[in-house]
Amino acid sequence: MISKYINPVLLPLLLLGVIIAIWSYIAVLIPGFPTPGEVWNELLIVLSDPLYDNGAGDQGIALQLGNSLARVFGGFALAIAVGVPMGLLIGMSKNAYAAMNPYIQILKPVSPLAWLPLALFVFKEVNTTAIFVIFVTSIWPIIINTALGVRSVSEDYLNVARVLQLSPFEKVFQIILPVAVPFIFTGMRLSLGIAWLVIVAAEMLTGGVGIGFWIWDEYNNLNYSHIIIGIILIGVIGYILDALMGLIADFFDYRKRGLK
Amino acid sequence: MSAKPFLKIDHVDKVFPLGGGKEYVALRDVKLDIRQNEIVSIIGHSGCGKSTILNLIAGLDTISNGTILLEDKHILSPGPERAVVFQNHSLLPWLSVYQNIEMAVRKVLGEDLSPSEIREHVMKYISMVNLDHAKDKYPGEISGGMKQRVGIARALSIQPKVLLMDEPFGALDSLTRANLQDHLMRIQMQTGNTVIIITHDVDEAVLLSDRVVMMTNGPEATIGEILEVNLPRPRNRLELQHNPEYLRCREAIIEFLYSKFAKEDE
Ligand SMILES: Nc1ncnc2c1ncn2[C@@H]1O[C@H](COP(=O)(O)OP(=O)(O)OP(=O)(O)O)[C@@H](O)[C@H]1O
Ligand SMILES: [Mg+2]
Repeated sequence: MISKYINPVLLPLLLLGVIIAIWSYIAVLIPGFPTPGEVWNELLIVLSDPLYDNGAGDQGIALQLGNSLARVFGGFALAIAVGVPMGLLIGMSKNAYAAMNPYIQILKPVSPLAWLPLALFVFKEVNTTAIFVIFVTSIWPIIINTALGVRSVSEDYLNVARVLQLSPFEKVFQIILPVAVPFIFTGMRLSLGIAWLVIVAAEMLTGGVGIGFWIWDEYNNLNYSHIIIGIILIGVIGYILDALMGLIADFFDYRKRGLK
Repeated sequence: MSAKPFLKIDHVDKVFPLGGGKEYVALRDVKLDIRQNEIVSIIGHSGCGKSTILNLIAGLDTISNGTILLEDKHILSPGPERAVVFQNHSLLPWLSVYQNIEMAVRKVLGEDLSPSEIREHVMKYISMVNLDHAKDKYPGEISGGMKQRVGIARALSIQPKVLLMDEPFGALDSLTRANLQDHLMRIQMQTGNTVIIITHDVDEAVLLSDRVVMMTNGPEATIGEILEVNLPRPRNRLELQHNPEYLRCREAIIEFLYSKFAKEDE
């Protein structure tokens, strides 16, 4: 009985001890590698004043993260606005599928970072470029999962729509979307996860502001503690984003509302 | 018997293209006239084309040759005057019992009814299948028999001219099945609907129908015989058990299915 409550707390703590031991050993092996204690102290300092703003290139950690999040959500929102209708179209029309599928298959495996130089050339501006890269990152899983959701609508439901003579508009909102929404959210959750991965790399390349740039900047400042702090914060925020998306997805999934 | 048929299936063929230039002739020269207020059942071996006929009447599939006329109008596409009760009920699982019916009523009769009239109308059909207590439940929360009753209520609520039922009770246990058959007969006496019901079950066919349409086996399946069931309504399954007319009809169907058009394969 007790072990049921203790294990989820005790076991990770035990493992944390092991990790700190190995980490400390690495810090001994590599001169200059920050020790756990140093990182902890730095973390407290960084978090104590997260909002300071000394102009470009010297801003608090919350501002860095906020900038990255804003870009991620910007590109992500655009990807939803474009990807969901496209996914609906591809899912509902065989012709649209035939027309677009080859391009989706070819563009999907391209690293979003490959678009970055081109975007920089076109937009000549860091922020728009980052948002565009996130857009390209996010759109494929959204399109593909939306189309999958549409195609998973059972023939029976469509027959109900036909007998009732629902208009295409009514069909989309009353029959297709309720089935497809959980799939769309699966796609959105995947997209957001990858977008959060990509933004760090994109910002390292674009510079300016953002958590990715911050980490790269601290490398140039030889401030390795901050790199580790960056890694930890990126992980924590990624986890929170994923958990939130999961909650929202469950909320919109009729199958998870105590129904079958 | 009125002279003019209500629903006229006239020399209908159904050919499915199979790809590679091949085709499968499922139905050949099907002719059937159905009267208003009649309950007709279609019985035949699996794969003979019962669902195909029903889908043609529903307009869910296209006729290859021939015509189907409902009150002299060609059937070319699906429409609410030909409501379908699907074998697997096909209720929308994200809507409650009430909402499933309400959605159909709103779409088909919505323009003529005020919100309170819609509510009244929906509740009338929920009551008709005795599901008042379950009106706010979701399809996932009710039994198979209840779901099928909702399916029937939904189909009737849009006041169709013809009610098409494809093995509506096929997936149910025999007690639930008997119960739903009684529901259906009672409702049909109240509403006077024209009903076409597909079944595998000989007793169900005799109990429910004014006429039983027996189909030959495919390919090129067609109507083999049509049996008139001359039993008064309301019918009671207990009293019918030893009724000579009931037994005669039963025997005729069994003779057709297992002797004249027995299925060797399977
Ligand atoms: N879309 C299709 N393409 C090709 N053949 C089809 C198609 N639909 C049905 N068939 C064939 O037509 C025949 C009749 O099918 P149908 O579903 O009408 O049979 P059924 O009498 O309803 O059978 P069951 O009692 O098993 O439901 C079958 O041989 C089937 O394989
Ligand atoms: Mg069938």
